[in-house]
Amino acid sequence: MSSVTLTAECVECGAEISVPADVMQGEILPCMDCGAELEVIALEPLTVDLAPVEMEDWGE
Amino acid sequence: MRVGILCSRVRVEEKLLFAAFAALGVTVERFDERQITARVGSFSLPVEVMLERSVSTSAGLVAAQLLEAAGVRVINSYATASVCADKIRTTLALDAAHIPQPRTEIALSDEAALAAIERIGYPAVLKPVVGSWGRLLARVNDRDAAEALIEHKTVLGGVGHQIFYVQEYIEKPARDIRAFVVGDETICAIYRSSPHWITNTARGGAASNCPVTPEIADLCSSAARAVSAPNGGGAGGLLAIDLLEDPDRGFVVCEVNHTMEFRNSIDTTGVNIPERMAQFVLESA
Repeated sequence: MSSVTLTAECVECGAEISVPADVMQGEILPCMDCGAELEVIALEPLTVDLAPVEMEDWGE
Repeated sequence: MRVGILCSRVRVEEKLLFAAFAALGVTVERFDERQITARVGSFSLPVEVMLERSVSTSAGLVAAQLLEAAGVRVINSYATASVCADKIRTTLALDAAHIPQPRTEIALSDEAALAAIERIGYPAVLKPVVGSWGRLLARVNDRDAAEALIEHKTVLGGVGHQIFYVQEYIEKPARDIRAFVVGDETICAIYRSSPHWITNTARGGAASNCPVTPEIADLCSSAARAVSAPNGGGAGGLLAIDLLEDPDRGFVVCEVNHTMEFRNSIDTTGVNIPERMAQFVLESA
């Protein structure tokens, strides 16, 4: 796994989120404090927002 | 050659695929289907081949049609993906190819559904026609449960839940098999073991290596060809075949998945699944 070098702030609870160095736009990051799923919507600057809620047709 | 990966949510699988293409010396561009707006007749994207990995089945199918109309080779093709995404179409395709599968009945009303369940016998399994990750699967153990479930689906469910897909319950040995097919080759397989009757790894099933016997390889390749046949090219995709072990009949095909997840199957099988997928995409262009 990549080493953690970046952080972001959870938009739900304000906790600090660890972000892997090879993070990609669209990647989902869990907030370990509140359990929210956050989506990386931009890399520069690193920006996260609440990830879309799972839909009925998601999956394989 | 310009290669794209279509995805909104970047899961572990998509990161592994990007890394696999990079290891093969190919730069892959990511496209997010949520950003597609397509003027019919003039839509295009600057790629020759697109690996469709949308987490949304509906969006992925629409995007595949738009891309193919624009001359892009999509993997999996719309023809194949649309069969896999619909359990009724999958069942019909497997049946047409004489692939063994659980006894299945389709019913279009609540009365017909109850009759179908009674004919299948208890326990029976009800599945949504479109769905995955083990969501909304129901094992129906008796008539009381059948009546309650049908009423709930009829009253509370959307339009898609008014079509009833009923299968016999296979008394499998606390596991099923997921096999990965690349093109015409079954490259590896895992057992998914769970004390629960739903064995999806997304629902906690434990993965272990399943040796690919000639029987498993032949059956899975045949199933892949069966769902690919409408495209006219035989097996030609990246598919995951789920098998159940029936104590009397042997292997039966439970479903075929067209945007498979594989994070739990690489170390388990020792097969570099994303690399094999990336190679197939490059060879398909």
